[in-house]
Amino acid sequence: MGKTIAQKIFDAHIIDDTYENAKIIKLDAVFAHEITTPPAIKDLETKGLDKVFDPNKIKVVIDHVTPSKDTRSAIQAKILRDWARRHKIKDFFDIGKNGVCHALFPEQGFVRPGYTIIMGDSHTCTHGAFGAFAFGVGTTALEVGILKGVVATSYPKSIKIVLKGQLENGVYAKDVILHIIHELTVNGATNRVIEFSGEVIDNFSMEERMTLTNMAIEAGATSGICAPDMKTVEYLWKYIKNDFNDKADALKEYSRWLPDADAKYEKEFEFDVSDWEPLITIKYSPDQSILAKDADIKIDQAYLGSCTNGRISDLRIAAGILKGQKIADHVRGILSPATPTVFKTALKEGLLEIFMDSGFVVTNPTCGACLGMSNGVLAPGEVAVSSTNRNFKGRMGKGGMVHLASPATVVASAIAGKIVDPRKYISSQEEGK
Amino acid sequence: MKKFGGKVLFLDRANINTDEIIPAKYLTEIDKEPLKQHLLEDLDLNNFDPTSINFEQYGAVVSRANFGCGSSREMAPWAFEVNGINVLIASNFARIFRENTFNCGMLAIELSEDTIDKIFQDFADKDDVLLDINLNDMTMKFSTTDLNYELEFSLTKFQHDLVKHGGWVKLAADKY
Repeated sequence: MGKTIAQKIFDAHIIDDTYENAKIIKLDAVFAHEITTPPAIKDLETKGLDKVFDPNKIKVVIDHVTPSKDTRSAIQAKILRDWARRHKIKDFFDIGKNGVCHALFPEQGFVRPGYTIIMGDSHTCTHGAFGAFAFGVGTTALEVGILKGVVATSYPKSIKIVLKGQLENGVYAKDVILHIIHELTVNGATNRVIEFSGEVIDNFSMEERMTLTNMAIEAGATSGICAPDMKTVEYLWKYIKNDFNDKADALKEYSRWLPDADAKYEKEFEFDVSDWEPLITIKYSPDQSILAKDADIKIDQAYLGSCTNGRISDLRIAAGILKGQKIADHVRGILSPATPTVFKTALKEGLLEIFMDSGFVVTNPTCGACLGMSNGVLAPGEVAVSSTNRNFKGRMGKGGMVHLASPATVVASAIAGKIVDPRKYISSQEEGK
Repeated sequence: MKKFGGKVLFLDRANINTDEIIPAKYLTEIDKEPLKQHLLEDLDLNNFDPTSINFEQYGAVVSRANFGCGSSREMAPWAFEVNGINVLIASNFARIFRENTFNCGMLAIELSEDTIDKIFQDFADKDDVLLDINLNDMTMKFSTTDLNYELEFSLTKFQHDLVKHGGWVKLAADKY
């Protein structure tokens, strides 16, 4: 019987299959941040087990609340920092080097096709864009991962989603994933991996693929995954060039993770994206969405950033729309470039100046406002359009409303002062691309 | 082994997410205990006022599909645990939430949608419903003054071992 991508990776990592419904697999990397890791560190200390399985395979970042906003968050950061130093974890990213984990770690070359990765963060599914089997876990599973380099989970079953056609100008990877979640519902892929394929994926950049896989969890999926191809190799090349003769050689090696032609999928969907339009979410669930052009919703805040849409390609799209424009007087525009590299690149390219001239503030890289922890919390009754991934009740602040949208929709709406379809704000130069 | 069950709290909505169970602003807590007073603080449910509920009187929750969807925060099951609620029953759970619940030695039991419907019909409007879990023969008993019945449930061997050992850290430390 043929295997899916996730099944091939899983089978190559099984170390104990005693249990029928939970296999123990070996981990190639364990990622850690300051929110879910400190309780694990504390528990290991209490149990007299303050050890790590391999300091080179653990990657650590302070990203959710940084710089620390109060004593509690400062203590969390300190616990993580002291632990990383104590165990000589060299890939530890603190202030000056830190950024949103799921943007930072791929950028640093920590992900490879065929890897197994866990993190105490549900958006760990993002790394599936590289053909890795990566998924979020809680603090206890993270704790065992840190200590033993293993995780227990059930054998992966996949849903195949084939995306055909050409995206219209002004419609982006974010709109694609919002459409898919709308189709599948928030419970539609629970206990399943979503394997994305088709010409749309082939044409997508690695950053666009990450936007897609990032939100697989919003359909309940364990992970989102894309087959590795030459784009994957190109993205990783500076980190892997010493391992291979040339790029073709690397691709050949990574091709072992491609799904078999007779792989068995629990469900298969084929979507033609050609007539898909920009979407925004409404209410408190990411599967509830309407066309941006039908929304007539006044906004107080426009937020651009996060592990979904805080990468350089997102900033370029947004700056293309903002150039020479001012955002509405009543709108607070907040840009959080996802990593220091994104920040510096945007600075060099003059994008930050465009954002600032239009009325945006630029914050340091952090998860910040996305989950209402810092840097842009809403007051009760306020409304945000946001490039993030969750519109749950209270997500960006108690009593606030979050409408998820693409970076283009976020900044076009900032200009209009209300949620709009971004297509009429995209200049003719952009259309030529 | 510890005792599972107690008075039942009914949460009649699908897709209750972890942000509703414990909002992210409380995730700067390192310890479990401070989570206690914030359980279900942002729950989007008609006529539900968390400030008027003494969660400590409950030992179990019955809810609907995709319970615990959203983030990976184990603070969600912990917020139930510190209130003494150690059994969660739904027609299905989000994967991470379910794994987290068993990993800390609690129960996340899945029953069919029809069974959940029947439990809601029979018991949800009563406020003295008790749940008793028998892990040896995998049965649960719902009871009130005028009605009671027994249901079977299933756990995987791994889930059973996790509950028996008191969680995944102890089991893994012994085995791997």
